[in-house]
Amino acid sequence: MGQGPPGHIVMEADDITRALTRVAHEILESNRGAANLVLLGIPKRGVPLAERLASHIAEIEPGFVVEERLGQLDITMYRDDLRRLHPRPINPTRIPPRGIDGTVVVLIDDVLYSGRTIRAALDALGDHGRPQAVQLAVLVDRGHRELPIRADFVGKNLPTSREERVSVLLQETDDRDAVLITREEEAA
Amino acid sequence: MTAVLTHLLSARDLDRSQAVAVLDTAAHMAETQSREIKKLPTLRGRTVVNLFYEDSTRTRISFETAAKRLSADVLSFAPKGSSVSKGESLKDTVLTLGAMGADAIVIRHQASGAAHLLAHSGWTEARIINAGDGLHQHPTQALLDAFTLRRHRAHAKGMEGDGLGSDLEGARVVIVGDVLHSRVARANVDLLTTLGAEVTLVAPPTLLPVGVETWSARTTYSLDEAIEETDPDAVMMLRVQLERMSRAGGGFFPSHAEYQREYGLDTKRLGRMRPDALVMHPGPMNRGLEITSAAADGQRSVVVEQVANGVAVRMAVLYLVLTGAEGGPS
Amino acid sequence: MTSYLIKNAQLPTGEHQDLLLDNGSIHAINPHIPPPKHAHTIDADGLIALPGLVDLHTHLREPGGHGETVLTGSRAAAAGGFTCVHAMANTFPVQDRAGVVDQVHALGERAGYVEVRPVGAVSEGLEGEKLAGLAAMARSAAAVRVFSDDGHCVFDPVLMRRALEYTKAFDAVVAQHAQEPRLTEGSLMHEGVVSAELGLTGWPAVAEESIIARDVLLAEHVGSRLHVCHVSTRGSVEILRWAKSRGIDVTAEVTPHHLLLTDECARGYDPVFKVNPPLRSDDDVAAVREALAEGVIDIVATDHAPHPTEAKECEWAHAAFGMVGLETALPIVHEVMVTSGLMTWADVARTMAELPARIGRVTGQGAGLAPGGPANLTLFDPAARWVVDPTRLATASQNSPVRGREMQGKTLWTFFRGVATLADGELVDLGEEPS
Repeated sequence: MGQGPPGHIVMEADDITRALTRVAHEILESNRGAANLVLLGIPKRGVPLAERLASHIAEIEPGFVVEERLGQLDITMYRDDLRRLHPRPINPTRIPPRGIDGTVVVLIDDVLYSGRTIRAALDALGDHGRPQAVQLAVLVDRGHRELPIRADFVGKNLPTSREERVSVLLQETDDRDAVLITREEEAA
Repeated sequence: MTAVLTHLLSARDLDRSQAVAVLDTAAHMAETQSREIKKLPTLRGRTVVNLFYEDSTRTRISFETAAKRLSADVLSFAPKGSSVSKGESLKDTVLTLGAMGADAIVIRHQASGAAHLLAHSGWTEARIINAGDGLHQHPTQALLDAFTLRRHRAHAKGMEGDGLGSDLEGARVVIVGDVLHSRVARANVDLLTTLGAEVTLVAPPTLLPVGVETWSARTTYSLDEAIEETDPDAVMMLRVQLERMSRAGGGFFPSHAEYQREYGLDTKRLGRMRPDALVMHPGPMNRGLEITSAAADGQRSVVVEQVANGVAVRMAVLYLVLTGAEGGPS
Repeated sequence: MTSYLIKNAQLPTGEHQDLLLDNGSIHAINPHIPPPKHAHTIDADGLIALPGLVDLHTHLREPGGHGETVLTGSRAAAAGGFTCVHAMANTFPVQDRAGVVDQVHALGERAGYVEVRPVGAVSEGLEGEKLAGLAAMARSAAAVRVFSDDGHCVFDPVLMRRALEYTKAFDAVVAQHAQEPRLTEGSLMHEGVVSAELGLTGWPAVAEESIIARDVLLAEHVGSRLHVCHVSTRGSVEILRWAKSRGIDVTAEVTPHHLLLTDECARGYDPVFKVNPPLRSDDDVAAVREALAEGVIDIVATDHAPHPTEAKECEWAHAAFGMVGLETALPIVHEVMVTSGLMTWADVARTMAELPARIGRVTGQGAGLAPGGPANLTLFDPAARWVVDPTRLATASQNSPVRGREMQGKTLWTFFRGVATLADGELVDLGEEPS
């Protein structure tokens, strides 16, 4: 991907940081603290987003130890479109040492679109334990849901058409922070 | 990058990066197998047929387990006899399996090239996985051997995650026994050297094929010399078929005792190897012939682990071969 | 019978001549023959006129076999420029007695496309134990002059010696399928680098060479003629060269496929490339080409071995040995021997017509094109290009190792005893015509 596709910038680096800070506060507010929280990023870009949220939360809640509460959940083997896609590399799944039974798991992804990724994530999560509750935080909600799934915490609601592509770029994976909208034909 | 595999017919089908990708996928599969819930929904609705013309309970069960752990429907079919004797031709069998909706056919056959034939015949759209063809290839065995080696190398170096991303550069492996009749040896020479390992083949001259000099492995007739000179990270003992022994008109070696003396792995030979050198065997073992029980059951034997790794490797191969099978965008 | 005036054909000698075929023989050869009335004129500008080709090694599979009949095989032969074929003895029943060889001979005459010369079995039932009724076959209407257990080696040295001796009585020849049986148990392809990699049991060159070495010494000892079938290795060539230098009366053949293809063809496990003897190495191919050019190998013989589809549509180990070759022999020889400069058209006429006829003691075949001689000849267009589609070949089988391959040159006309069996590239239907 490199610098990513050219396109219309809808979030700059500062916007992303502000959005994540706000989402971190909302998560704490809604759960009345961080006592029972586990954050699981969904590869690829959900993972660095989860890391950033975790460090925001740790700043606010000194008792929150990142290593004990942060993990990642690979959903590749739970996708419903494997027949059509070329084989996807499988990413590791890392569940915090104490497991997820009885915790509040916050799934974190970059873009919420059809909802199929989250459906797969819920299936995958079920194979690792039984959380007390599962919540969803995304940086961008671009609409066009195909399943009855919604996000609990949203960095930015972004009305789009299906012909547009939303690209989230992050320092950790793409060497810069930005959210872009591209028309499909430009992106191709 | 992930390997795009249409079929898996030969260890030669894989270049180094593809082989590493298969091993990495297997490592992730192995990780899922330590969970309480081992079954993944990945291949739900896909049908995998195990077509075994040759009796091999262990390989069949390994593939069956792998397919079931990925939620595929598994049919096992063991035609009696071969196509030349009574019974239906390979073509008709495969046409039948295609009609039953096989998405992948795992084939084990006495005839070298049987898997290749299926993949190129146009008789079936199914993906073909070679589970051993005649004297030719047994790629999943080589992959599980490589996986086992890589995992132990990673642990020895204190690396995490079963050596994810790494190859076998510099590993030294000695393969001992009936190379001439061994698809395991052929597949391992190809795959291990592709991954950067140095392979030494040890056998009596009668059990090395004419043409072996072009293989990417060194050959020697002396096991003691091979141990001495290569200081191996692993020694892989091949099964010796008893019917190869001397008989009227010439066998391949004179006697059980002589074979054992020259090429058998016992504690004495083991004692001359590095303390962390691995003992491998594709099974089933002839205890007391190519390997003594003490060597087979000793601390360094990874024979049982090879079996466990076989399931993870076969899960990886099924996953890579069956995803994207309907084409579509890359 | 139609007369034909062939205008401006290139003869094997290189001269351009007109040829007039009339009443079954070559009536005249001249630089310019005015067209007689009622003669069909063929513009042969750019075509090579060769004596009708003679194949010393053909499997026609009748009686009792599958994949070909005497009629379909004869048509394939005519399409390839042949006017005479030698039908190998491995039929069901075996051609090991006068009744069977006469039947095959009669089937050939009835088909009318080529002269079918049955080969008699050396041993009863091809079993390699007892001599077959060689004299009876020689004295029969089929007048057998070539005896062979082809497909099996006459392995017993005493039986081979007796056969070599016995056939002297009627000036016949033993054509040996040189294959040491113990060294080739379960063998599936040439033993070498490729067999080691493919895991197909190897067929060592020495299994062929050791038998040839024995047989030339036996032939020398008893003063007999020996013919060696389908020579495929450099070692065999060396032994033959030595034997000829000693004056041993040995002749040898090479097949078009051994001149063209190597064991690399086995890599795809396509049984169409499974053949006995197996396709050999590059070096062996180079050796048999040189030997043919040099005369150490005397002739080209097709070993045309038709098999029904099911015998080849299976695992390599289970497939039948053999490949069809009558219709592609001449283009292949053109490509590998003439185009490459190793041989002239005179050499082609010698190795594919004259010498095979002489070895088989066939009169009226293979002789040079000369006025008064029988009108057995073929016209070949060396410039034509065609891609082999097995479904369009005249043979009843499709196991062509050159399927999908472009051929250099095409046989356009074949005349057998003055009758056009192949006309402008199309087989003539002789069904109604008595011959």
